[in-house]
Amino acid sequence: MKPRDMAELAGRNLREALLRNSLTTLGIAVGGASLVAMLSLGAGLKHFASSRLSHSGLFNSILVTRKIDFRGLRRLAHTPAKPPQPSRPLDSAALAALRRLPHVTEVYNQVRFINEVNYDGHPYTTAIAGVPNLARHNDAFTGMKGRYFSGPQAREAILEDSFAKQLTAHPHRLLGQELDLRYARREPLPAAPGSDASGFAIVPQVERLRIVGIIFSQPVFGFSGFMPGRVFIPQSLAERLQVAEVSDLRNVVQGAGAGRNYSSLTVNLQSASDVPAAEAAIRGMGFRTFSLQDASRRLALVFAIFDLLLGVFGSLALAVASLGIINTLVMAILERRREIGVLKALGAGELEIKKLFLMEAGVMGLAGGIAGVILGWALGRGLNWGTAIYLNRRNLPAVEVSMVPWWLALGAIGFAIFISLLAGLYPAARAARLDPIKALRYE
Amino acid sequence: MNPLSSSAPALRTEAVSKHYRRGAVVVRAVEQVTLAIAAGEFTALLGASGSGKSTLLNLLAGLDHPSAGAVYVRERELGAMSAAELARHRRQTVGMVFQNFNLLPRMTLEENVELPLRLAEVERGERAARVAAALERVRLTARRGHRPSELSGGEQQRAAIARALVNRPGILLADEPTGNLDSRNGRQILELFREINRELGVTILMVTHERALAEAYAGRILALQDGLLAADGAAAPAAEPEGGQA
Ligand SMILES: Nc1ncnc2c1ncn2[C@@H]1O[C@H](COP(=O)(O)OP(=O)(O)OP(=O)(O)O)[C@@H](O)[C@H]1O
Ligand SMILES: [Mg+2]
Repeated sequence: MKPRDMAELAGRNLREALLRNSLTTLGIAVGGASLVAMLSLGAGLKHFASSRLSHSGLFNSILVTRKIDFRGLRRLAHTPAKPPQPSRPLDSAALAALRRLPHVTEVYNQVRFINEVNYDGHPYTTAIAGVPNLARHNDAFTGMKGRYFSGPQAREAILEDSFAKQLTAHPHRLLGQELDLRYARREPLPAAPGSDASGFAIVPQVERLRIVGIIFSQPVFGFSGFMPGRVFIPQSLAERLQVAEVSDLRNVVQGAGAGRNYSSLTVNLQSASDVPAAEAAIRGMGFRTFSLQDASRRLALVFAIFDLLLGVFGSLALAVASLGIINTLVMAILERRREIGVLKALGAGELEIKKLFLMEAGVMGLAGGIAGVILGWALGRGLNWGTAIYLNRRNLPAVEVSMVPWWLALGAIGFAIFISLLAGLYPAARAARLDPIKALRYE
Repeated sequence: MNPLSSSAPALRTEAVSKHYRRGAVVVRAVEQVTLAIAAGEFTALLGASGSGKSTLLNLLAGLDHPSAGAVYVRERELGAMSAAELARHRRQTVGMVFQNFNLLPRMTLEENVELPLRLAEVERGERAARVAAALERVRLTARRGHRPSELSGGEQQRAAIARALVNRPGILLADEPTGNLDSRNGRQILELFREINRELGVTILMVTHERALAEAYAGRILALQDGLLAADGAAAPAAEPEGGQA
């Protein structure tokens, strides 16, 4: 039989037992839907994790600090012979060197400081944090009210929700308002004549900032240290402010020079895979490094296991559905004994009978798979909607917990067809083996 | 129609038997039947009910396997054929008209008749013409869109004949094609068989209960009795076994 004729016959057979075949197809659809819903949950959470965590700068950034030589302290007691080697300073030259490393997108000094903010005539003490450029591209600020900074130097601030509530009972009215940032500015002094050592003066300053946004959760961009920020300003602005830090005092005492000295620098790389090489290079330059590479690798493993478990449960539902296919096709054999007998008597080969039954199973698998993907997608949407409401009640930004990427949709349909064909194998073989004499005698 | 010379038998059996065993009981449905039917012959097979006529026909069609002996169709032994070759044999060489028609109830007459052409992978364009011609031959053109259940027994019988002939087989095996018909309709069917036999050269083996009809139309009469070939001769008076009246 030509494929087209076979398809016509199969289609006719499927239409004849419409209710039973529809129910079987529905069974596959439900199985497929549970598979899709499960895996879409895995895909959604993985996407969430990778966008919120990996892109956040936690996994593709390296924290660089000065090497502190503790050996010197110990040796002092025993052998005073060797003076402790000075560790390489983390100064402007080091910053420039780090910027020159391959795949580096950004090197910056995490600016976080406690200071005073004046709003509506009242002073508030709070933590201020600089936000690197990177945060614009990851979704560290998704779910915020208002907007992101208009530029890297913009005199703008984004407030954390709880701090905004301290300022006023109606936080949303803060957008567009101004507040004053009072801080101590470090101003370098020229070196005294005849001396290398340079110092700096501390000058009180006021910077007027416009409130452009309110954020409801702590944004993630690089290592935040132990101090969560309450007021966020652009990184470049934060650096330009030249806020005096405790480490500045130590640097002056140590005579480290007029240049800027950083307690730590954060190096952002294009991707997490660039981290190991860069880390090795930076260590080679004589600095201490810290990254979350290991943790990220373990995270991938956790998601792989998670996916596997979800997939197993989803497949289980599809396996149950395949029993439905077997049942339906075996019933069809009983019902169509005479027809199969006639086909064989008229010269249909065993292979053709087998193909006919497999085609019927395959069509049910295809239809069930497509319906399952749609159903699973809808289920995922419902899940997204539910979590959005839940998170919204807790003032948290919405998260896409369920995603149906194209590979999942196609894969699920393919899997449904595969399972259906597998389930059709036994009935098809039975139909093909049917003895035409017995089948035709059968009343 | 028949590629072999008329001297070579179209159908031949050598001591073919079909036994059914159930415990101690052995039913000898067909017992040691040896016969040869020449290409182009029109033969009637007579016999009482249960004498093994249908069983013999099924053996000749390659639908059933003999317990002993051999069946040759155009001098090829069916027992030596693979399953696929047997299927092709049924598709191309023989046309079967079943005792109970075996039309597919959910298909229209047209679709039923088209079925062998589908199986034989005949081009779609040609199919319609052949189906129309076959239905025309059995005078069912007007009923082509009907389902078997909407037809009388005789009409179903004719539809089954159209289906058996549509793929132009060299051999037609017909199991009581007149069993359900009054004598006028029975004669019409046999007229049709004679026409097919003469015009198309189709070899016909037809089972019937009606000796009179067989004698009127068939060139040769075989008779089965309890599975044994009891008589074989021209459709002349000859020595007649019992079982002629149905
Ligand atoms: N599967 C079977 N198992 C046991 N006995 C069988 C089987 N098939 C046929 N028989 C027996 O074989 C014998 C011949 O049967 P067959 O159908 O060939 O008879 P028939 O001559 O065609 O009869 P009728 O004129 O009634 O159609 C019968 O006695 C029947 O009971
Ligand atoms: Mg019979």
